[in-house]
Amino acid sequence: MATEILMPALSPTMEEGTLAKWLVKEGDTVASGDIMAEIETDKATMEFEAVDEGVIGKILIEEGTEGVKVNTPIAVLLEEGEDADAVPESKSEEAAPAAEEETPKEEDKAPARAADPVPSANVEPDYPEGTEMKTQTVREALRDAMAEEMRRDDSVFLMGEEVAEYQGAYKISQGMLDEFGGKRVIDTPITEHGFAGVAVGASFGGLRPIVEFMTFNFAMQAIDQIINSAAKTLYMSGGQMGAPMVFRGPNGAAARVGAQHSHDYAAWYAQVPGLKVVMPYSAADYKGLMKTAIRDPNPVIFLENEILYGRSGDVPDLEDFTIPFGKARIWREGDDVTIVSFGIGMQYALEAADKLAEEGISAEVVDLRTLRPIDYDTLLASVMKTNRCVTVEEGFPVASIGNHLSATIMEKAFDYLDAPVINCTGKDVPMPYAANLEKHALVTTDEVIEAVKQVTYR
Amino acid sequence: MAARKASAKSAAKPNVSAEELMAYYRDMLLIRRFEEKAGQLYGMGLIGGFCHLYIGQEAVVVGLEAAAKEGDKRITSYRDHGHMLACGMDPKGVMAELTGREGGYSKGKGGSMHMFSKEKHFYGGHGIVGAQVPLGAGLAFSDKYKGNDNVTFTYFGDGAANQGQVYETFNMAALWDLPVIFVIENNQYAMGTAQARSTSSADIYVRGEAFGIPGEIVDGMDVLKVKEASEKAVAHCRAGKGPYILEIKTYRYRGHSMSDPAKYRTREEVQKMREERDPIEAVRSLLLTGKHASEDDLKAIDKEIKGIVNDAAEFSKESPEPALEELWTDIYAKGDAPQEEDA
Repeated sequence: MATEILMPALSPTMEEGTLAKWLVKEGDTVASGDIMAEIETDKATMEFEAVDEGVIGKILIEEGTEGVKVNTPIAVLLEEGEDADAVPESKSEEAAPAAEEETPKEEDKAPARAADPVPSANVEPDYPEGTEMKTQTVREALRDAMAEEMRRDDSVFLMGEEVAEYQGAYKISQGMLDEFGGKRVIDTPITEHGFAGVAVGASFGGLRPIVEFMTFNFAMQAIDQIINSAAKTLYMSGGQMGAPMVFRGPNGAAARVGAQHSHDYAAWYAQVPGLKVVMPYSAADYKGLMKTAIRDPNPVIFLENEILYGRSGDVPDLEDFTIPFGKARIWREGDDVTIVSFGIGMQYALEAADKLAEEGISAEVVDLRTLRPIDYDTLLASVMKTNRCVTVEEGFPVASIGNHLSATIMEKAFDYLDAPVINCTGKDVPMPYAANLEKHALVTTDEVIEAVKQVTYR
Repeated sequence: MAARKASAKSAAKPNVSAEELMAYYRDMLLIRRFEEKAGQLYGMGLIGGFCHLYIGQEAVVVGLEAAAKEGDKRITSYRDHGHMLACGMDPKGVMAELTGREGGYSKGKGGSMHMFSKEKHFYGGHGIVGAQVPLGAGLAFSDKYKGNDNVTFTYFGDGAANQGQVYETFNMAALWDLPVIFVIENNQYAMGTAQARSTSSADIYVRGEAFGIPGEIVDGMDVLKVKEASEKAVAHCRAGKGPYILEIKTYRYRGHSMSDPAKYRTREEVQKMREERDPIEAVRSLLLTGKHASEDDLKAIDKEIKGIVNDAAEFSKESPEPALEELWTDIYAKGDAPQEEDA
């Protein structure tokens, strides 16, 4: 049966090419792998090999012809003993059209996600009223959360630099080596890229690793494994396998540790589909969200803060206290403006709200707690009530979380706004060392107050 | 031709039966014919983007797999079609992934470089050079943690061998005695850069010595030698002695990807390998000279393989494109975690 040899696409972008040279002539026998022609693509001159064996019956396109469209028949291949005039079985029709008109058809448009209903704040309490509370530091809350989950599930283990014998560079894993042993609390070499990859591989293999980065600044060494391997595999595998694991450690500025140890990565990770991103403020949230993170079947970025580690707070004294992702917390209710923040940004938001109250401005303070998913409903319901919004974070201003929230509010609550949303962020500079400069490089409470006065026209 | 004689010698060893030889011939031929068909479909515009063919390297995966048992894992880079076929994945599902269709292993969402099979313990299919190496050690870590005797075959190329994370992984694998076989598929070119122009040492496996990891060079054009080396490495790992390195010298006949004009080497060099060292021809000749098979027997296999590959190609064209709803699925796994919504 005669077959047509078609002009091949020899690069991802080739639509046509030049048939530079024939290396076979009519009557030649070719076998799989023989080079038949040289073809100039949009990128280079390529050798074109035979796939099927047979005899070149006819050459349809002369060498030197330019602008030969992909999938144009260029020769006829005959089976042995076949007549050169045999009618070839046309392949060109079944081939994918390389240059078909690109006008998108209505049904080809990606379906939009379902329209959002009118948002209402999620005010479900995190724990039942009357729950016994105990005072704990963020540090203790984190350790308890990990230890409880490790008692609950043998496949959970902790790895990182200095997590075992040293008891944690920031003493988060204090006592864990004693309780769980070296098999489950593992000191790694200083090799972030490598151990992050090993942990992702272990999660593919059915374990639930908790990876501690001494700081998220060092996770830059490992970010390829976090994004390309952990976040994308579930999608790339069509849902067959993913990375149920937690990457955790201090994020953002501590105190005078300079530009390379002070970066806030909230906006970076929040940008990536496939990741979940948590950035808690209170001790209770650290506890409840860490337990949820460990149980979540997806890769979770858990952004902690060194300054907050030693802060104490009330933590529900429950056997199993978890907080769902995607649920903001309203710290104080107010009518005049919504101040929205997360992580350590909350300290500026709350301080500002206190001071503003003294001046008769009533601020509602919303703590997002998780940045992926974000509880848009609670935020939008608040903004629709107060008609004004200020966002607060320590990270850089360009493409910040605040930028994203502003855009969302503009899109979904434009008619409710009485003033433009203002983003209070860290300054657009690497973190300086000098004490006075560092203070000003970060967002300040005064800036938040100033922004609130601006949007309330006071 | 000397090489073929050497192969014939090793075939005389009693531990290789005629059935095994036939199986290697068949498995290698399936990969070659599959890849040729993939190249053809690419030329027709049915496969898009990047497509890295395995032609010439078939003996590597087939020889390695000969020593694997159920439960063993494998992971590799983007030149992954051969690995998938060799571990028993369905050619239809692989080809349909290449054409980006619903019937593909990743429902058309992964493509040539990103396919996986939980059932066959194939963990991808990774597009970042070298990234699969720590992942492979992590898979081995999971088996050691669970206390079974599975091993993980972690494949990477001579190009990936210059990535820092490979040596971070060597260090941890040796430190923790992980049951991982590092298979360096040295096809001598990192894309278009010859090994001598990119790599300070002539052999790569020697770098393992610094970490106390044993290793050796293997002739990757001889499936029996690969199998023998694989058995040795697997025995080492299963016995709990830690990682092992196999540097397998092989050769890719085609360009790095479909759009590679391969001007960095001569046509004569490629032709010489094809004529003198072809792994499939070598086994074919062993089968015939050893009278394990007749020309007709082999023709029957050729025909069977051609049928399988044509069926895969047909399936890959007929399988529909994924439904547009698939855009939004498999971003997050659902679980028992208390979640308000799914981001």
